[in-house]
Amino acid sequence: MRTPLYHEHLAAGARMTDYHGWELPAQYGGILSEHAAVRQRAGIFDVSHMGEILVSGTGALGFLQILLTHDVRRLETKPWVYSPMCGTDGGTVDDVIVCRYDGGFLLCVNAANTEKDFSWIRQNAPSDVTVENISERFAQIAVQGPDAFTLLEKADLSAVLLQSNTGYTGERGCELYVAPGDAPKLWRELTAAGAVPCGLGARDLLRTEAGLPLYGHELSEDISPLEAGLGRFVCFDKGDFIGRDALLRLRDSPSRRRLIGLTMQGRAIPRPGYAVLGDGIPCGAVTSGGVAPALGCNVAMAFVTSEAERYTIVIRGKEEPAVLAELPFYRRRK
Amino acid sequence: MRYYSKDHEWIEVNGETGKVGITDHAQAQLGELVFCEMEPPGTVLAAGDMAGAVESVKAAADILTPVSGEITAVNDALADDPVPLNTAPEENWLFTIRLSAAEELDALMDEGAYKVFCHE
Repeated sequence: MRTPLYHEHLAAGARMTDYHGWELPAQYGGILSEHAAVRQRAGIFDVSHMGEILVSGTGALGFLQILLTHDVRRLETKPWVYSPMCGTDGGTVDDVIVCRYDGGFLLCVNAANTEKDFSWIRQNAPSDVTVENISERFAQIAVQGPDAFTLLEKADLSAVLLQSNTGYTGERGCELYVAPGDAPKLWRELTAAGAVPCGLGARDLLRTEAGLPLYGHELSEDISPLEAGLGRFVCFDKGDFIGRDALLRLRDSPSRRRLIGLTMQGRAIPRPGYAVLGDGIPCGAVTSGGVAPALGCNVAMAFVTSEAERYTIVIRGKEEPAVLAELPFYRRRK
Repeated sequence: MRYYSKDHEWIEVNGETGKVGITDHAQAQLGELVFCEMEPPGTVLAAGDMAGAVESVKAAADILTPVSGEITAVNDALADDPVPLNTAPEENWLFTIRLSAAEELDALMDEGAYKVFCHE
């Protein structure tokens, strides 16, 4: 599948890659320079592959309270809410962003999960709720970086259907939802204003530095949000919701695995799947890892099942020392 | 004489020893290289064994020795700064190896055959 910006990417010399069936830019000039642009100025990302599901009807808000782990009533004071969506066993079906839209609620979901989420939501919806997969109505452009909002002032935003001041980079910025036909013009205006086109390679570095989970790595149907360090998005006191009982049991279980951050002491680069040893004993595996240019070292997120004094990561047969680090690795200056 | 492997390495043979590096095709596929690490001199390898790895921002790639022998030197400058592997891959060797079975070179490609291989 191609996004409405496919030809913009080719014209800009992007190297394209397959991402869950979508042809998306892996990089344009270089991953490191794209990363630097977002940390220092502003970058833009084509995130049109993201799915959008509209939940509407008189029972919509009550249903979302059951469907999602976070308290959706926060939308009374906030324009958007991030929340995991769990199965009855507490595993994560997906993580989503919700906002009010078109008289109902729009859920922005992971591209690879769109069909699965749509089925799950429809299957659980009561009769006074309508669920529609309206992904084809939107292209999405993320503008991220310290200069993101200054740059927006230079573009014609009249075609923007929805602006969500969210992102996946650890920088300030927003995600602009537009009709697919309006996306190329907005993309060209933003790049002309100085936004640097960035691909999936830079996006992965940026979100790893920012300690943000990637579905399929830090979250999955076998991983609960509590284990992934997303407990602040699980609201036990809001009433019942799908997965509540399982998550309560897990919350009180002393033996659950947990996500930790590790920074490497040497120059070896941790990658997903590498084994983690705690005090010399296997205790987990890397879920995301790589270079962290903003920190000047290499970092990993990993699930571990036990606490240790000393951690190492096995890289090509060698135990490379790592130090426990607080997540996120990178925090922007306010 | 320079030979090329299907794993996108080149070996420049001079007498009993060969210098081994990665091809332009390999560096282009990997992207920006940030780290490389070779087995130390004295390591004895059979053709196809892992002699080390080069790592780009997005992936790690094993370096498989195209011939059997003993590593005699490692280009330490690249460990500190692997960027020359991106900018001039065919001029920067990763390690040198003393060949123990020179006839293995016959199984490798010359430059012309390698170019065809890359376009297949």
